Amino acid sequence: MLKVNDLNVHYGAIHAIKGISFEVNEGEIVSLIGANGAGKTTTLHSVSGLLKSSGGSVEFMNKNITGLTADKIVRLGIGHVPEGRRVFQELTVHENLELGAFAVKDKNFIKKEYERVMELFPRLKERRKQLAGTLSGGEQQMLAMGRALMSNPKMLLLDEPSMGLAPIIVKDIFEIIKSCNDEGMTVLLVEQNAKMALSISSRAYVLETGKIVMSGEADKLLNDDNVKKAYLGG
Amino acid sequence: MQGLVTFIQQFINGLSLGSVYALMALGYTMVYGIAKMLNFAHGDIIMVGAYTVSVVCSILGMSPIFAVLASAVVCTTLGVTIEKIAYKPLRSASPLAVLITAIGVSYFLQSVALLIFGSNAKKVPPVVSLNSIRVANIDLSGVALVIIGVTVLIMICLSLFINCTKVGKAMLAVSEDKGAAELMGINVNATISLTFAIGSALAAVAGVLFVSSYGYVDPYTGALPGIKAFVAAVLGGIGSIPGAMLGGIILGVIESLSKAYISTNLADAIVFGVLIVVLLVKPTGILGKKKITKV
Repeated sequence: MLKVNDLNVHYGAIHAIKGISFEVNEGEIVSLIGANGAGKTTTLHSVSGLLKSSGGSVEFMNKNITGLTADKIVRLGIGHVPEGRRVFQELTVHENLELGAFAVKDKNFIKKEYERVMELFPRLKERRKQLAGTLSGGEQQMLAMGRALMSNPKMLLLDEPSMGLAPIIVKDIFEIIKSCNDEGMTVLLVEQNAKMALSISSRAYVLETGKIVMSGEADKLLNDDNVKKAYLGG
Repeated sequence: MQGLVTFIQQFINGLSLGSVYALMALGYTMVYGIAKMLNFAHGDIIMVGAYTVSVVCSILGMSPIFAVLASAVVCTTLGVTIEKIAYKPLRSASPLAVLITAIGVSYFLQSVALLIFGSNAKKVPPVVSLNSIRVANIDLSGVALVIIGVTVLIMICLSLFINCTKVGKAMLAVSEDKGAAELMGINVNATISLTFAIGSALAAVAGVLFVSSYGYVDPYTGALPGIKAFVAAVLGGIGSIPGAMLGGIILGVIESLSKAYISTNLADAIVFGVLIVVLLVKPTGILGKKKITKV
């Protein structure tokens, strides 16, 4: 479904992503794991068009999307939940969700998606008139995910959904990711919490200073000694 | 009794002047909110609007209503064109480069006006001509009342547009987080263009109203009102739309009352003095908000 081939990204003189290739098949949850600064977020940003890559190609559903701007790519069916949630703090929960469906014209479709998101995140229903900036971190994460789901994307990019959240909420969030996947959503997940990520993924890639150093099935990586030592706390 | 009448008349004059500042301040504050830049050429758009009225009415001999429409079209086109040519290429440049460019555009517009129309002030026929209205023994300037009325109407429409339409909310989203807005499928460049278009159209209206009460235009007509509108935007809290409205009105009333009761010469000094005091007490302006960030 998503094919990234020899992707390169530069920040000025810094070569942040040094020719990585990976793919995500339909229906999979694939994780990119790695330490801080390995290039995970940069990779997601160049897939969704927030960053211009300096080389290589990105293909989504057999269509070359390299160099398209983010507002075009979301219309093709890639939803991106950015790191740090980035909900619109000054707008209400309801307005945030409406904006999630900005690219959708069909009012009935929007209504249906809205109901679905409310069902998935009952907490948001209670708070739909509240300003997003007044929500707790976990609720903001739910809102950011709900907002991305409003356009009913074919694929969801999730950047550090567990960041700064209490373990019990992280568990909720991951269960929701899993249930979206069960309904057919393809997911590309970036996480520092490698154990959590691997536990729901089918496959994973390990990123180290802009290069993929290891890849394979998630449960194999979970039991790999090197991965254990570097990312799973022994 | 006479004292009270004078006060009310001056207050109405202040509201009217403040309305013009508010309309201009909206352009400053919206562009700042969305493109994060100070468009110092904004004041000169008013000058262009005023010249358009002058040309359409005096030279082409057309009706004032047509002149207002022509002025809005010319200013909107100019505003969007300036953004495309001068500011868009600098989207990722340092804020200082953009600021200097804006000042350059301001001088450019003034110089072009100087080349075309010369340095002598041109008469502008009053677009709004009304006799004063007598309410409870007080003579109120008809033009002032029309200016206030038009401004209130525009502000209501603008508020409805921004808070109740999809495109308006997209503008709010872009002003808060460009990247996240793009991820919603919002075309950020188109939104910025639209903001310049709205800001310039408001400047055109402000220009028409402004020259209606002054009756002449020269190449520097927009400069001082432009600076004052900027002050109004900062006073109200730059980036805040209700702030620009409030800041403009307050500024106009203070200026008008200072001229009436203290000194005409000191009026501008008092206006800027108020700005300094407000910023010392509340650096974000009256309605400006401190950014709350939650991680």
